[in-house]
Formats: sequence, structure tokens, C-alpha cells
Amino acid sequence: MICVLSAVLKSMKKSKISKNPGKKILITGNEAMGEAAARAGCQFYAGYPITPQNELTAYMASRMHQLQRPFVQAESELAAINMVFGAAAAGVRAMTSSSSPGISLKQEGISYMAGAQLPAVLINVMRGGPGLGNIGSSQSDYFQSTRGGGHGDYFTPTLAPWSPQEAYMLVGLAFDLADYYRNPILVLADAIIGQMVEPVDFSLKMKFAKKLPPKSWALTGAKKRAPNIAKSFFLREGDLALHNEVLRKKWEKIIRNEQRFDTHKSNDAKYLIIAYGSQARIAREAVDYLRKDNIKAGLFRPISLWPYPKEGLEKYAKGVKEILVVEQSLGQMVEDVRLALPTAKISFLGKAGGAIPATKEIVQFIKKL
Amino acid sequence: MKKVKFSKPEILKDNDTHYCPGCGHGILHVLVARAIDELNLREKVIGIAPVGCAVIAYDYWDFDCCEAAHGRALAVATGIKRSRPKQVVFTYQGDGDLASIGIAETLHTANRGENLTCIFVNNACYGMTGGQMAPTTVVGQRTATTPWGRNPQYGEGWPLKVSEMLAPLKGVCSVVRTTVSTPALVRQTYEYIKKGFINQIEQKGFSLVEVLSPCPTIWRKTPQESMNWIESHMKEEFPLGVIK
Repeated sequence: MICVLSAVLKSMKKSKISKNPGKKILITGNEAMGEAAARAGCQFYAGYPITPQNELTAYMASRMHQLQRPFVQAESELAAINMVFGAAAAGVRAMTSSSSPGISLKQEGISYMAGAQLPAVLINVMRGGPGLGNIGSSQSDYFQSTRGGGHGDYFTPTLAPWSPQEAYMLVGLAFDLADYYRNPILVLADAIIGQMVEPVDFSLKMKFAKKLPPKSWALTGAKKRAPNIAKSFFLREGDLALHNEVLRKKWEKIIRNEQRFDTHKSNDAKYLIIAYGSQARIAREAVDYLRKDNIKAGLFRPISLWPYPKEGLEKYAKGVKEILVVEQSLGQMVEDVRLALPTAKISFLGKAGGAIPATKEIVQFIKKL
Repeated sequence: MKKVKFSKPEILKDNDTHYCPGCGHGILHVLVARAIDELNLREKVIGIAPVGCAVIAYDYWDFDCCEAAHGRALAVATGIKRSRPKQVVFTYQGDGDLASIGIAETLHTANRGENLTCIFVNNACYGMTGGQMAPTTVVGQRTATTPWGRNPQYGEGWPLKVSEMLAPLKGVCSVVRTTVSTPALVRQTYEYIKKGFINQIEQKGFSLVEVLSPCPTIWRKTPQESMNWIESHMKEEFPLGVIK
């Protein structure tokens, strides 16, 4: 980690990265996400140790110190997310990261932030569950991520990278989305994405076209203005119902505007494989093998898991004979595919607990269909 | 004869109070507002309202405020203060909030020496939820969940002395315990609260002001009996004074 950081800092000193598009640094997904936050202007980070995201917290400790921005190793995940709540309420860009069991603890703060309409970026580097599970790669937090996760009617828009490069870019985008919609945004990586080392080009960015509104609601000290209150409590009869309607409009707007996906050889596909995160890389390899055997396979890769890229999926599923959903879980995203394509023929291949559906298994599954 | 002018603090709003007759929050809201007025902090201060009866403290205070989940006020305050170190940030928390569900946040925020002011309102019970046992409930005190009186022999533990716990920590600059049971002690409490803010302005670290506060409704006492009960039962368990 330290040598990666020094490489990043060295290249920054010479300011070569931004001027030299295409120059890449070998870095883990976890560290790439930390660097993305630093570059997106993250002014506050709080975290708590948990594998497999520890490189990210350690990277932030060094990088935030170097940038003279606050880094806090919190006493618990609960404290970390509530520190982020405070920083977000104070109007600065804030982030926390954890892995599955830690994200369960953070649900309290995430629900309060959604209620109080506070922007922040959250990273979950998923591991196996339920319970303490293990530290292997897993995609078993899909339901928790895409259905709100905590109590009350809310959603956290969820972005799933399939490489350190994309993880870097999605974290940058997540900060813009958070500020635009005033809501926590979740970047959902898995242990493979967090731990794998790949070249990352820091000059690449995902552009967010909309203008970010000023944070006139932030707690800054009520200087020559009426007080601002950061709150999710609406006791008077009818107030919460009205507030929930405001949130409903926000969710509808996000569903309309923020569906993201990617495809690989899907235009003429008869067999469409649907997978996300590290599992999509394995599925892509399976598609290429199947194509060599003249089987028209294609990959549909959701990048936004909520909102689910339903419109894109409907388009690419037209003319497809069979659909195979592959996950590192016992079948979670497959439910969104069934909701999107109620009449399609959908099969599922999944493993959990750190087990990973392999290329060969996917190829054989398709051949047997 | 010298004329004494009585006035309410400027930053105290005119809203009708929702607190019960004889509740300590009314007095404490005025003292906090008066200290902020006196130190001219209205445009610099950010308050954290607790979970409990005082969650809508911001209905009475005319400055920036933030809610926090039960027990997390000091974590939220840490996030705000670290992000805006020039603002004056304080939490206003009850005993269930600060000493039970939030004891980890309390201990670690104090131990980090966060430059914050914490006003700890100790009424020896959970007020808003109907008067359950709190960590600070005194031995023998009847509550909704200790109907025969808190009894350590039943595994209900002893009153938790948060001020004495925090005082030895290096990050803590000042710990005081006071009450509002007499006019003289109300004036003393005001001075302690003001000092708590001054410590923060002077960047001295974590200041705790514990206030023994009456809850007549839950204690099933008149306001006067409640003040007497603080004198007769609480002070013995929670001695007043400058602890650090």
C-alpha cells in the first residue's frame, strides 16, 4: 500500500497524471477507490477496520493526512457512518467504507441520511455471509443494497464496478450523484474487485452533465440567515407523509435518469448472460468461449443495480432465446431480471460463501440449455 | 433601589413549550440560549439535538441544529466539528442516549479529545418512552422496567457515573456535575455551560457538563417534590462539583 501511495504522490508532484492520459498506475481496487475520493474533493472520511476493504481505510489515512483533510478511525461502524452524517450535514463531501457485516451496522446511519436528505458516498467491498461469513468474494448483499437496507421507505442508488479502473471512475461519479440528489450513494464492489491489482488511468472520468446545486441547506453557522436544521423527524400529523412524497419524487427521478449498463457481443445474442461486478468478467470470458464454438452468446452487465437498468435489459433481451443470470449469491439479482422480463425464459447459476461460478461452468450451463 | 431587568435570551424562540410542567429541559434550554447570546455565538454555533423529549430543541433555539440517531450525537458532532473546526459545536443529550446506547461514542469522543461541548441531562430515567430504567437510575428507584425499584441483586446493576468515568481521560479538559434544583444552582449551572463553550473556543478539548434534571411526570412527583428528590436521592449518588 505504502509503495503504491508513494508512486501516486510522486506522479502527482510531477503532475503528470492529468496531463498524460493513458499513463497508468498499478493499484488495487480498494486503493483506486480511495484515490478517486481524494480527487473528487472528499473532505471527510471515517472508517473502521474490516477485511477485505482494509487497504482503502489505510490508503485514506495516508492520503487525507497528506491533503490535510480529516480522517477518523472510528470506534465502530455505527460511529463512522454517524460521523459521515455530521460531515455531510456540515456541507462537505464525505465518505465511509466497509465490508458486508460492517455495512449492516451502518444501515442505521444510512436510513437517517436518506431521511435527512444528506449526500455521502458509501463503499461496500462485499464478503461472504450471513453472519461473520468469511472474507471471500461474494455478491450476497444485493438485496440489502438495492432495497434500502435499513428501516423506512428509501433507496440508495447502487453502482457496481467490474474493475479497479471502473471502481475509480464510479466513486468519482458517486460524489456528483450524491450532491445532485442529496442522498447516500453506494458503490458496491466485491472482494475480488477490492483486492485485485490492475493498471488504472487516473485521468479518466465519468462526466455528470447536470449542474450541482449549492448546498444552501448545510449547517455552517446561521450567519445572516434563518437556521438550517438537518432532520429526519417529522412528528406533526401529516408532515412525514408529505416528506415521504418528496422522497418518492426523488426516487422516480433517479429511476428515470440514472440507469447504467454495459454489454458485450449482445446485439445478435440468442443466449444472454446477465452478471455484474467481478462475476461479469468471468461471464465475459464465457461469452467469448461460446462464440468460438459458434454459439451466439452475449453479456448484459448492469452497472447501476438500483435503479436497475430495466429499459436497457428489455431492449437487449428482445430476440433472445434464453437468459442466464450468474451471481456470487444464491439468487438475488435474478429477481430483478424476472421483474424486468416477466415472460422471458430465465435460468440461474449461483454460488455463495466465497464460491465463484467459473467460466467452464457457465459455458457448460449454456450448452445444456 | 436598583432595578433588575428580566428578559429572555434573544435566540430563544417564542414557541409554546411542549415540555411537562416542572421539566428541567425548559430551564436548560434558556441557560444554553443565554450562554450563546452572552458569548455572541448565534452565527457560529451548531447544536446536536438528542433522541428523546428534547429532539425538537431546535423549535426553541434560533441557530443551526442537527438531529442524531439515539446515542450517536457525539459521532455526528465529531463529523461536524472536524469538517467545520471554526464553528462551535455542542451536543445536548440525555442519560439513555449518552450513557447507555451511546456509551461507546461518549467514551471515544472524549478519549480522542474532540474539541466539543457536551451537555449531559441526567434525569435518571428514559423520559419520552415512558420512564424505563436508565444506566443512571438510582438503586431502589421505581421505573416502568424496575417496578419494584432498581435492585443490583436482580442483575440490574448500579448507577453509572459517566462523569467520573470520563474525568481521567487525557483528552477531557473539564468535567462538572451540577443541577437546577435551586435558583443558586441554576446560576451555577449557567456558569458551567458558558465555561463549556469557552473551553471549546479556547480549543482545550472535550468538556462535559452533567446536569441532574427533574422529570416530574415520570417520577410521579410535583415539580417541587422533584426538586426535593434531586436533593435527597440523586445528589448522594451523583455528588455535585468540579470533577476535573
